[in-house]
Amino acid sequence: MTRFAIPLVLFILLVAFLAIGLRHDPHEVPSPLIDKPAPAFQLAQLRDPSQTFSAADMRGKVWLLNVWASWCVTCRDEHPLLLQYARSGALPIYGLNYKDKREDALSWLGELGDPYVLSVSDNDGRVGIDYGVYGAPETYLIDRDGIIRFKQIGPVTPDIWQKTILPLAQKLNE
Amino acid sequence: MTKQLRFVVFGLVLLSTAGPTLSAKEAQPSAADPVLEQRVMKLSRELRCLVCQNETLADSRADLAEDLRTQIREQMKAGKSDKEIINYLTTRYGKFILYNPPVDPTTYLLWFGPFVLLLAGLFLLFRYVKQRSGLIAESPLSAEERRQAEALLAAESGKETA
Repeated sequence: MTRFAIPLVLFILLVAFLAIGLRHDPHEVPSPLIDKPAPAFQLAQLRDPSQTFSAADMRGKVWLLNVWASWCVTCRDEHPLLLQYARSGALPIYGLNYKDKREDALSWLGELGDPYVLSVSDNDGRVGIDYGVYGAPETYLIDRDGIIRFKQIGPVTPDIWQKTILPLAQKLNE
Repeated sequence: MTKQLRFVVFGLVLLSTAGPTLSAKEAQPSAADPVLEQRVMKLSRELRCLVCQNETLADSRADLAEDLRTQIREQMKAGKSDKEIINYLTTRYGKFILYNPPVDPTTYLLWFGPFVLLLAGLFLLFRYVKQRSGLIAESPLSAEERRQAEALLAAESGKETA
């Protein structure tokens, strides 16, 4: 009996490891910024470059910062979802227009709709580097004290929105 | 994703046209300050490009890799040490950006796991061999068996010499 038990257990362990490995997306690197203050920035607004917006303006509010660009194809997939989330009014969504051309970004919003309260232009991607951005779209959930509580790399799927972001935001808003 | 695709396309275009200037974009040591540029490239070789994760920052043509190299260059110009720059990058991108994983509690398994497995294997092998050698009992030949064996051997060698 034990002759078979040991290899069987080893085999099940191996299968378990492989199964976990297959489900694990190596492209998702855990951000060291979770539970750390959101890096400060002050950038020109996309629609009105004479106005600036800074992360500090959002003190006292729970909000989402979504990194997007008109050249980013996955952002296009995410966009209708963002519009839907914005319409629900659950959380204010702000956009960080990452390494984009202003006219491209504006026509993108004009064509597809604008889910953002406002977007800021990070033309040279410097703020992106501060936020550890390496693959748009990326979304940060920032709490009232300006602490990053959650980061989504890749699109915010309805599943993540419902099961992770909304409950967390609710807790943070209490 | 798309950016990677873009680079594939870009690479194909380059392949079809360039030939001898293939490696043009990577590591152009700037004529302005070759010493600085060498330092930038040396440090970039120790860092991972997060877009194409099996490449170092020095090898990668991703936009982000170029931006990060620019950052490194600027910070070096500003007199920052390699250690300070690595610190700057790891607070933003995590330890994953280090191409050479550091030895710390999160990487113990990576560094020492193989040796633990090797030791475990040796232990099991040792135990198995010992157990088996216990199973094989010494059984010396009886006088009768010895006589028989000798007779057989003698017959065998007799045949050969014949």
